[in-house]
Amino acid sequence: MPDLILTPNIQGADDFYAELLAAHEGLTKPQSDALNARLVLVLSNHIGDRAVLSDALKAAALSKE
Amino acid sequence: MILGEEDKMNQASDKKVFEVPLYAYQRSPDQDTAAPVRRKVVVIGAGPIGLGAAIDLAQQGIEVVVLDDNDKVSFGSRAICFAKRPLEILDRLGCGHEMVDKGVEWEIGKVFFDDRQVYDFNLLPEKGHEFPAFINLQQYYFEEYMVNRVRALQAEGAPIEIRGRNKVSAIGTHPNHVTLEIDTPEGPYNLEADWLIACDGAGSPTRAMLGLDFVGRVFEDNFLIADVIMEADFPTERWFWFDPPFNRGQSALLHKQPDGVWRIDLQLGWDIDKEREKRPENVIPRLKEMLGEDVQFDLEWVSIYTFQCRRMEQFRHNRVIFAGDAAHQVSPFGARGANSGLQDTDNLIWKLKLVMEGNAPESLLDSYDYERVHGADENILNSSRSTDFITPKSEMSRVLRDAVLDLSEHHAFARPLVNSGRLSVPCTYDGSSLNTPDALTAGPARSRPGSPCADAPLGGGYLLPKLGDRFTLLTIGAEAPERLEIDGVAIDRLALDPTPEITDRYLGDAAGAVYLIRPDQHVAARWPAYDEPAVKAALKRAIGKE
Repeated sequence: MPDLILTPNIQGADDFYAELLAAHEGLTKPQSDALNARLVLVLSNHIGDRAVLSDALKAAALSKE
Repeated sequence: MILGEEDKMNQASDKKVFEVPLYAYQRSPDQDTAAPVRRKVVVIGAGPIGLGAAIDLAQQGIEVVVLDDNDKVSFGSRAICFAKRPLEILDRLGCGHEMVDKGVEWEIGKVFFDDRQVYDFNLLPEKGHEFPAFINLQQYYFEEYMVNRVRALQAEGAPIEIRGRNKVSAIGTHPNHVTLEIDTPEGPYNLEADWLIACDGAGSPTRAMLGLDFVGRVFEDNFLIADVIMEADFPTERWFWFDPPFNRGQSALLHKQPDGVWRIDLQLGWDIDKEREKRPENVIPRLKEMLGEDVQFDLEWVSIYTFQCRRMEQFRHNRVIFAGDAAHQVSPFGARGANSGLQDTDNLIWKLKLVMEGNAPESLLDSYDYERVHGADENILNSSRSTDFITPKSEMSRVLRDAVLDLSEHHAFARPLVNSGRLSVPCTYDGSSLNTPDALTAGPARSRPGSPCADAPLGGGYLLPKLGDRFTLLTIGAEAPERLEIDGVAIDRLALDPTPEITDRYLGDAAGAVYLIRPDQHVAARWPAYDEPAVKAALKRAIGKE
């Protein structure tokens, strides 16, 4: 099982970040929240691995564990 | 679920089954004795679970008296969705086919969000089972067929009776028996019982009289049930709406029952005036908005319910044993109430019989507690999760819920996350002290010790009717004696050919298999070949002697 990757892993990080911001441009707060929620679900499904997802939830919560 | 005060609104002149006394009060000779009569088993409650317990006892020759404070079957349709496992149990009790013949079978479900259908699904039940995945049937028919079964048993001389309008007003517990004070239309009388099974529902007066706990989670929500009679060309499918235009911010369910009756379930929220919402002048406009202005319908039954997810800490209290909603309560999503209650009595009765006949230690009954608490926890977990999806408890849980529904319209991956009820499936008793560790390592996991036996075609019939009521040694490509007797408990052999279904469900990659099957059709142990000492040890373990 692969571990959760917490070292730099995105090629062209600035381009990705700009694309993420652009996706939210012009959206209201509820529309943005909905987009983020859908994105989380799409990415979670792509990862699939339950252990990696649990680790990702912990990492996102900034837990020290 | 807790049902509110029920209103009968259909003014049709022909009486419905739930309006006719099916077990009218009759004076019992037990009311005229100087000293209280001692009965073997008393069951409190003539609902589906109480009747299930009583029929199981009676057809195995154990005397049972059922007491009910009413004299009719359930008022209104109430529970309507019955799953395959309880139907298999009812078949063992002699009334499964009546339910299926009358019931409505369905396999297609549709999910709607806002004003559109987001997807549909087919339950695609596995082939080669005698009973369907689900039927919809009004609880009053369900109880009526069970009462018919009681009458048939009585005609054969089985020791079973139902005493209508016998309301238990006090219970005394003793080390080896229970005393009961019972009110009747002709005054009170006392009765004793070796064993008492309480099947008196979520509000269990027995539980209250014994001062026992019933803790869990309250869900702050109200649901309106309306059963309507209509000539409509809606297909036989389960339709579930999240946030529809006709019930904004809430959910709705449409389900077909026999006799042109449709179940409509509308979530109402917490801060409502129940009495007002139940009035026909308020119910009818809601339904018209949902069904369309032109659809003609009559209201058969309307009720408002709230629910909790909770259970008793222990289901067995010495000689008093709780089953069904009296022991555990879940939300209606997933049809886990009556369906799990019948699995309670299925689990309990064979154990009680062995204990009463002196063939097993009383501690065998503690495994009822372990196994059915396990089942209740599984049901509470599943139904709580469904409820959390249907009624999001925070702003962000609603955002995530809506994201799942929006994605489900476009992408298959999101559909398994949609939770409008995880439909009842039988419990596997992993970890039970009655199981012998699995010795058939190449066998399919679905038939591991603790599992309910899966049905399979067998010659012109099916496997499950050949199992149950006694221990069975099921052999596939293996030799074994035709009959064994261990400590007074008989085991009969059933030899099977390795058909494709039997191979898939019982053999897996093994060359041969020997299964020890409990009287409730659950697997106690399994091996690649017959080994007499191993079978003896497993049988002793399965009856609580190890």
